[in-house]
Amino acid sequence: MVSGFDFDVIQRSWGYLFREGMTFTLTLTALAMAGGIVFGTLLAMMRLSSMKPVSMLAGAYVNLMRSIPLVLVIFWFFFLVPYIGAWVIGAKEPIKVGAFWSAAITFTMFEAAYYCEIMRAGIQSIPRGQVWSGYALGLDYWQTMARIVLPQAFRNMLPVLLTQTIILFQDTSLVYVISATDFLGAAAKVANRDYRLVEMYSFVAVVYFAVSYGLSALVRRLQERIAIIK
Amino acid sequence: MNYNWHWKVLLETEPGGTGTYLHYLIVGLGWTLATALAAWVIALAIGALVGTLRTTPIKWVVRAGNLYVEIFRNVPLIVQMFLWFFVFPEFLPKALGDWIKQMPPPWASYIPAVLCLGIFTSVRVAEQVRAGINSLPRGQRMAGTAMGLTEAQAYRYVILPQAFRIILPPLTSEFMNVIKNSSVALTIGLLELTGRARAMQEFSFRVFEAFTAATVIYLLTNLIVVLAMRALEKKVRVPGLIAAAGAPQAGH
Repeated sequence: MVSGFDFDVIQRSWGYLFREGMTFTLTLTALAMAGGIVFGTLLAMMRLSSMKPVSMLAGAYVNLMRSIPLVLVIFWFFFLVPYIGAWVIGAKEPIKVGAFWSAAITFTMFEAAYYCEIMRAGIQSIPRGQVWSGYALGLDYWQTMARIVLPQAFRNMLPVLLTQTIILFQDTSLVYVISATDFLGAAAKVANRDYRLVEMYSFVAVVYFAVSYGLSALVRRLQERIAIIK
Repeated sequence: MNYNWHWKVLLETEPGGTGTYLHYLIVGLGWTLATALAAWVIALAIGALVGTLRTTPIKWVVRAGNLYVEIFRNVPLIVQMFLWFFVFPEFLPKALGDWIKQMPPPWASYIPAVLCLGIFTSVRVAEQVRAGINSLPRGQRMAGTAMGLTEAQAYRYVILPQAFRIILPPLTSEFMNVIKNSSVALTIGLLELTGRARAMQEFSFRVFEAFTAATVIYLLTNLIVVLAMRALEKKVRVPGLIAAAGAPQAGH
């Protein structure tokens, strides 16, 4: 079997796999990470709010997202985003949204729930005295959050946030279900066209492993450095 | 937003003629649970073993355990699904590989899905087990061996009973993850709950009714699991043993 391994198919499709597929995967990961952390931090602040309706709304959103499978969320947004878009711009008919933007919105909204829980733990790890001294200095809520609490919370949670991002990087491969051309999608298209499933899927696994393992090794080193400083 | 809801679609007959769409989705839930439970048995067995072995003082055993964990943690679940479904049978002896590929549906997708999910989850269980054991004070193990227990007996009677109680809450969320992750099996043709919601959407063109129904079924399932695990936690609780709250973890 292995003797019949056709390495040539990988070489032939190299440009397509990386220039199209990997670019899609990495752009999607970066966008969803940035959007997810911003939205997730807002959600965490809402969840910790003393206003009951606000914290309950954020809690309900986070629990809903964490209770249903990502594949189902991808389907939901794939069909929902055109309707929301039409509603936002006031169009009569659902608008057309490409697979990339649909996926970007999905992953931002979905990952925000997970980043929220991490940021919530991060904010709660900051002693209350920090908040009070902020108020005592005359800062308002937003200033205290932006200048005192969140910078420390981010720093404490950086390794977990990055680990979550590695998981996000792996999970973006699920856009396969809406036929998007991410790294896996590109490989699947080549695999089915040339009937080289064994070669392509093995290669995909090796690439994902190398990237994820390399990144998690970096996170571990970072964690050690932060731990020493603390 | 102008979408005309049509909830009665759930009571219409699905094209396969097996019953209503609602029934069709409930059967999907059955497949979701059948996949998740079988995978969970594999995950607990391998995870407990690997997690425990990684806390032993034997260097090469720890290394082998680490290697196992790193391999299955760093490849996306859907890629692992494809490996089990498309690639794995090719590396078996030809007769066995062909037999697997020619199994009648849904077994040809069910068995790879269970193996894949079981091993994928075992890695996460192993991490929890290891963390649980390491969270115990070192004195526990020492006291055990000081009383004349062998290393294996200390694990059996002192360390593991405490460690498993500590990690029960994170194991609950791992179990809910298996249920959710079983939806990835739709990519290799297993018609579980999400797959059936998608199929229903294609047959009936009722997009949001199908997905809402599936979402509600997932939420109810989660609720039942949480309640059941809470009852279990109460039942096995040892008075006086306070489990430390876990650190926040990344997840999906």
